[in-house]
Amino acid sequence: MRKVLTGNVAVAYGAMLSDVQVVAAYPITPQTTIIEELATMEAEGLVDMDYIRVESEHSAMAACIGASMGGARAFTATSGQGLFLMHEMLHYATGARTPVVLANVNRAAAAPWSIWSDQTDSVSQRETGWIQLYCEGNQEVLDTTIMAFKIAESLRLPAMIVLDAFFLSHTSEPIDIPDKDAVRDFLPPFDPGDLWLDPNNPRTFGGITMNDAYMEFRWQIQRDMEKAKAVINEVHEEFAKVFGRKYHQVEAYQAEDADVVMAVSGTVASTSRDAIDLLREKGQQVGMVKLKTLRPFPREEIIEALKGKKKVAIIDRNFSPGATGIWAQEIRSALYELPEGDRPLIYGYIAGLGGRDISVKVIESIYQKTLKDDRPDDVDMWIGVNYV
Amino acid sequence: MYSLNQRFDNRDIPEDELLTSGNVACAGCGASLSMRLALKGLGKPTVLAVPACCWTIIPGAWPMSIMGVPLFHCAFETTASTISGIKAAYRKRGMDDICVVGWAGDGGTFDIGIQALSGTAERNDDVLYVCYDNEAYMNTGIQRSGATPIGSWTTTTPVKEPKSEQKKDIDAIMIAHKIPYLATATAAYPHDMIAKFKKARSIKGTRFIHLLAACPTGWRMPENLSIKVMRLAVLSNIFPLYEVENGETYRQNVLPDEIIPVDEYMHLQGRFRHLTSEDIKDYQKMVNKRFEHLREEFEKNR
Repeated sequence: MRKVLTGNVAVAYGAMLSDVQVVAAYPITPQTTIIEELATMEAEGLVDMDYIRVESEHSAMAACIGASMGGARAFTATSGQGLFLMHEMLHYATGARTPVVLANVNRAAAAPWSIWSDQTDSVSQRETGWIQLYCEGNQEVLDTTIMAFKIAESLRLPAMIVLDAFFLSHTSEPIDIPDKDAVRDFLPPFDPGDLWLDPNNPRTFGGITMNDAYMEFRWQIQRDMEKAKAVINEVHEEFAKVFGRKYHQVEAYQAEDADVVMAVSGTVASTSRDAIDLLREKGQQVGMVKLKTLRPFPREEIIEALKGKKKVAIIDRNFSPGATGIWAQEIRSALYELPEGDRPLIYGYIAGLGGRDISVKVIESIYQKTLKDDRPDDVDMWIGVNYV
Repeated sequence: MYSLNQRFDNRDIPEDELLTSGNVACAGCGASLSMRLALKGLGKPTVLAVPACCWTIIPGAWPMSIMGVPLFHCAFETTASTISGIKAAYRKRGMDDICVVGWAGDGGTFDIGIQALSGTAERNDDVLYVCYDNEAYMNTGIQRSGATPIGSWTTTTPVKEPKSEQKKDIDAIMIAHKIPYLATATAAYPHDMIAKFKKARSIKGTRFIHLLAACPTGWRMPENLSIKVMRLAVLSNIFPLYEVENGETYRQNVLPDEIIPVDEYMHLQGRFRHLTSEDIKDYQKMVNKRFEHLREEFEKNR
């Protein structure tokens, strides 16, 4: 069935099709229409779930962790400040090995207030142990929501779907709604195994751990995060077999013969495709890689995709004061392993913070600057800023 | 309702022990005894969530545990929201008979956890929230909390500048949420306490039990005084034992035959040792005033 849906409604459809059992959520722009849609779906009996209308995002994540410990499939959604408030509980979800799924609609950090798109909220959660899956379009948003449950539950690690504020959350696109029975075959009910609060098997979870054991628990998380790279690819494969749409952790577009490769994520990927097509028409050898996963970081795949390229232009709609954009840090660090001749020059660009448009024109200008400059002027170059 | 001198029947106390021996509480810990009695009242199936507090430590370090019921150690401020989530999962999985209990200290309840607690109570989620109140952040080493009584010494309210504010009236706050059941209890009155846990288990919606739990370490007294001091708190009306249904029907459960002066309770504890007789008089007035308000409510229901 095809429907015209906003990104936020696509998330709600994804959660509904995944037979989510417990939703705990709190409103925040631009996420709110996700939880509004889920409330409507619950009221209309489209999904048999328990909906906890909590008093904060912190409690939303705590309740999801509790629900997951009770053996249920749990989901929430948030943005910006809400994700920042959840930060403590994001770490907690990972440590407790609760496969909670969260949709984060990227929103800029206050102060000053801004409700518009900016990845600083989600990239700030890089060290929490959440799998992070960035989306380019609304179809990908819906499909990724379903896949996120499968990935998270098979690894007992929480997973975050990330979509751009307004460019996706409030923009409608015609998308294919997968058949509910097919989704049920693809994603069976959550099986918590023996890792839940079972009254017939009284166990204590999360208690004080001495320094002879804590490191082992952390190592297991790292081991499973590394395993996640293969699991994500397997889930992508299986999804493609059933539903005919294939996703990649690192997707190359026109990159094979490109001298300059753009490295992008989220909706900037979709604009970059247009920019690259236009530049290609003018005979420019430009391509891109689109990154879907920030955690686990697809180090091997990004090395493979960028090895031997001359220049890589990374567009970060986020930034770490005192350092650089996060995607640039990650890619730079991964490519360091390459021998000097194969290691591309890295041009890190900061653009589109607080929802400022990253248009085809902006992407073209980034390409032209990268092509023209023999070396980057700085570790990060800010695009379109009126320096005052 | 029964008077203090009423004879209790120990056959009312279930024999089942849902804790094994070997906990690591301090000697004379009121919180440790409280859990033993509470679980006797609750029975199975019961599931607990415990935030950062003394009870993080008491069950033993991983992989040891004294618990005979499942326990999830949750984040400090999340007891109420965690149990709301656990209960939702059980409801969806057809296990609604499981009693889901949050077990938090006074810091986790009066202070950092009050937002989540208020949310859970306002939604009337079907959970039992228990605050074992030892009147300071005891696990971190006796720092002042919103539950610390006025005049008390703690490590963050030294004798030269003891706590200058009254104890937060958490009962009044919870009663204002119109929850179906609220009770106060203390391990010095085990029959009363067990009866209240049994009753709480039988009620749907948010239930709140406020336990006074003596802490010899933090109250600066010998450990063999725990039960006595908890008893004196009741007899002096500092901690009256009562229950409130639906935020309106008040009932006093233990009626002391004679009210003792607060000084008898306070002078046994080093945390109050610096107080002058004037201070104690003021304290007495404050206790009388609060009890007067409660008495009016008890009278309404007579």
